[in-house]
Amino acid sequence: MQLTPGISESSHKADVETATDLCLLAGKIMLQSGAETYRVEDTMTRIATSLGMPLSHSYVTPTGIIFQADSGASSKLIRIAERTTDLQKVTAVNSISRKLTGGAIQAAEAKQELLRIDAAAHAFPVWVLIAAASIASACFTIMFQGGWRDFLPSLISGGLGYSAVIYFQRLVRVKFFAELFAAFLVGLISTLLVRAGIGVALDKIIIGSVMPLVPGLLITNAVRDLMAGHLVSGLSRGAEAFLTAFAIGTGIAALYLFF
Amino acid sequence: MVTVAQLVVSFIASSAFTILFNAPKRSLLQCGLAGMLSWVIYLLLQPRFGPVLASLCATAIVGLISLIFARFYKMPVIIFSVAGIIPLVPGGLAYDAMRKFVENDYNAAVQLAAEAFLISGAIAMGLILSEVLNQVFRTGR
Repeated sequence: MQLTPGISESSHKADVETATDLCLLAGKIMLQSGAETYRVEDTMTRIATSLGMPLSHSYVTPTGIIFQADSGASSKLIRIAERTTDLQKVTAVNSISRKLTGGAIQAAEAKQELLRIDAAAHAFPVWVLIAAASIASACFTIMFQGGWRDFLPSLISGGLGYSAVIYFQRLVRVKFFAELFAAFLVGLISTLLVRAGIGVALDKIIIGSVMPLVPGLLITNAVRDLMAGHLVSGLSRGAEAFLTAFAIGTGIAALYLFF
Repeated sequence: MVTVAQLVVSFIASSAFTILFNAPKRSLLQCGLAGMLSWVIYLLLQPRFGPVLASLCATAIVGLISLIFARFYKMPVIIFSVAGIIPLVPGGLAYDAMRKFVENDYNAAVQLAAEAFLISGAIAMGLILSEVLNQVFRTGR
């Protein structure tokens, strides 16, 4: 007589645990992949509701997530150290949450899938990324009213700048200095190319080449978060964007000391 | 000034950027299309209304198109809207502002920074506007 409620209570507790872990994992992947704050919270709430916890609460900031599945359950915290933009992962987590709410898969399956997504590497090899960055740089130079003679120099310096930021980030682990060095390199190469007679408008070449580094998307996401009422997230994303812009500006300015 | 060259480079730049953001491979074409559209709208409106209003209109329209793409291709809206705003984000302005700051030209720097902030505000507003319009249409029907 007394045994039954005890068993069901402990199994309920286990359910809450799995649900919390699942939600936090999904939230972590999305936040690390550059999803907006409201989307992360929305997805976590949806997953929790589909697992029978409609009264969950989540608090998402760019550096951490606090999640409570039920009013009686203990809340859990996850620390987020690094953030990139990886839309493939956002899409994948989104589709899993949809399948889960639709009842197409169960919690255990969803967890397997999420772990697989979390471990997945970037879908494109590094050389494709560098090629894409250099082509984007060259195209941006044209879009900013640069001439076609500036196409080749920004192709070169944009590609090298992006490779430099990847390389330096592995080397120093501090994003600010990686971006500073990369921006300095972009400025140096562009100046040398213009001095050598390849390319005309130095400003357009530099602006085009730093475009893969500048935090344009971060600024816009920051304002979006602010407008959606996520004040803490918005301000911290804005601070991150400001730091990156500052690093790039300083890197280019350091160049003017030499030339 | 809209030329064929501008169309082509904005298309390529947006697609290349979505590769950097690791968008799903089957969405690259649509992403390039979204970026090209926003750049064309911006170029057409910018001489008459200025960069801020032109950015607002361009993002609002691209936001609506992204919502349609998202429903049609069953992918999250963020993929297409990010691609659509890539040509518009004031990265160049932010860089210019920062450069003026470190060159001690504070007047020009604050001016540029304010413009960059206003443009990113307009882009965010445009995206939210498209979402609101979408909700109004859906509930209004």
